[in-house]
Amino acid sequence: MSLVNYLVLSGILFSIGSIAVLTRRNAIVAFMGVELMLNAANLTLVTFGRLHGDLHGQVIAFFVMVVAAAEVVIGLAIIVSIFRTRGSASIDDANLLKS
Amino acid sequence: MNQFVPPEIDWAALSPVLIVLGIAVIGVLVEAFVPARVRRATQVVLAVVGVGGALVAVAWRWVVVQADGPTALVAGALREDAPALLAQAILLVCAFVGLLVIADRSSGEDAFAPSGAAIPGSAYEAEARRAGLVQTEVFPLTMFAIGGMLVFPAAADLLTLFIALEVLSLPLYLLAGLARRRRLLSQEASLKYFLLGAFSSAFFLMGLALLYGYSGSVRFDAVATAVPATSGMDGMLLAGVLLVIVGLLFKVGAVPFHSWVPDVYQGAPTPVTGFMAACTKIAAFAALLRFFYVVAPGLQWDLTVVLWIVAIITMVVGTVLAVVQTDMKRMLAYSSVAHAGFVLLGVIALVPSGISSVLFYLLAYGLATVGAFGLLTLVRERDADGNVTGEALHLSQWAGLGRRHPVLAVSFTLFLISFAGIPLTGGFIGKFAVFGAAIEGGAWPLVVVAVLASAAAAFFYVRVIVLMFFTEPTGTDADPGTTVVRTEGLTAVAVVVCAIGTVVLGVVPGPILDLAANATKFML
Repeated sequence: MSLVNYLVLSGILFSIGSIAVLTRRNAIVAFMGVELMLNAANLTLVTFGRLHGDLHGQVIAFFVMVVAAAEVVIGLAIIVSIFRTRGSASIDDANLLKS
Repeated sequence: MNQFVPPEIDWAALSPVLIVLGIAVIGVLVEAFVPARVRRATQVVLAVVGVGGALVAVAWRWVVVQADGPTALVAGALREDAPALLAQAILLVCAFVGLLVIADRSSGEDAFAPSGAAIPGSAYEAEARRAGLVQTEVFPLTMFAIGGMLVFPAAADLLTLFIALEVLSLPLYLLAGLARRRRLLSQEASLKYFLLGAFSSAFFLMGLALLYGYSGSVRFDAVATAVPATSGMDGMLLAGVLLVIVGLLFKVGAVPFHSWVPDVYQGAPTPVTGFMAACTKIAAFAALLRFFYVVAPGLQWDLTVVLWIVAIITMVVGTVLAVVQTDMKRMLAYSSVAHAGFVLLGVIALVPSGISSVLFYLLAYGLATVGAFGLLTLVRERDADGNVTGEALHLSQWAGLGRRHPVLAVSFTLFLISFAGIPLTGGFIGKFAVFGAAIEGGAWPLVVVAVLASAAAAFFYVRVIVLMFFTEPTGTDADPGTTVVRTEGLTAVAVVVCAIGTVVLGVVPGPILDLAANATKFML
């Protein structure tokens, strides 16, 4: 199977992720969209690593996984603290800050 | 075929970053092992010593680099050259004064929630407040953020830049949500900052992946050499470069990636706002400079159009929206958006003097920003019982402040006229240098827009000055409504340093400009 297919797949995943961030109102789901985008980038990196025949792509993907894990910790902490305050994790409810 | 070659690491050259991150790790240990009574004092001393020590280390490395020339560190992942060191020095100066404001306790309490995990308004929070709990984790968090920022100007590959981006962002997301008062706003700011920040770093990462696919490496220099050598993949190259720039422009707060700026600046604890407004911008612009000056010359024609549009709308939108704000912090937030547009001029110029002028501008802007936000922390509201509560941020609450508190009002005026770019302040010299570089780079239409925008921007700065000095105060003398609290002294020191810096940069800018003139070339 051609490696280009993987790139197309990662492009599709990246788009789904960014659409999820932009349209979903639940902070957790929006955050899952971000994770999907990061993983799409990982797939791209690994595929390009295979295309170029060097290991950098895979090593970078490992770094990204660690960063994504750290981001999950911070993100869930923030979302949980907001949820406990308001009883909802909806982004639309977080509208106190306005011009 | 893939034999492991251990990289040679020049530990001495890494010392500024190592000091700051080492202190951050020690700070985490202090949280675990030092008794609560002395924890805060320990953290403050550690942080101040850490940033001061890193500043000394940067000065030492500057001397070494001036003598021996720039070097590549850690197998080429970092560059130790004059622009990187100068940016780090500027960053550390602003971080130092920012840290003093963060550490200050005015009217006996700091700006942070006693227990960040407590639900706002709950019995547990009230209890934590009564027990006098202090949120000392802010110091290690700040140090981690500074550590990430220090790597930013020196990073010479996209992976290092990405990791540094996260190391600087993640602590800031948390710090934004820790305000002692108006906690709902603070938590909301934290959520917005986090979601949009994570979104933009995902774009940055995709850009990294595409550039890796294009050139087979994530090194700036390898990408730059691949630009003329590779044909037929221009789409991937452009998409990659644009996505990376989007990630950096988000951190800078340029339109159309600015939507987080006013909300986060307003919601975050004011000392943190000052720190991140100054330092994040310095770090992000330094990284943007390196990326742009190393990678972009090969694709100038494609990128210039995009960046011109971004710069123009950033200046115009920032200025126009700042005029209509009634909240001090939001006004300063939009003004910082407009400043991002001015600094972009120096980046777009693509001439050697662009680098030094941008760094000078960032120093002047950073000092004025930390000073102005430091003063905002002192002007407070009083409730019906006469207790001091949150900050008085509505413009009308500042009416007549200059009559009751002339020193505060005069220093605030100084920072405002530096923002406005009026002569005898650092802001003027900075604007002059950046505009000069832009003209040298042939971007004179941008300079015309920038001059018009600065003129318009002067309106809302002067409006605050008029409000402070020439408007009747709203309250009576017995109950002025707005009050100025006494500081422990640290904010006062920070404001004095910022004020002196602003004036010195404006009156005798020669030495600093000469210093900056050494930093006009990035090592490839």
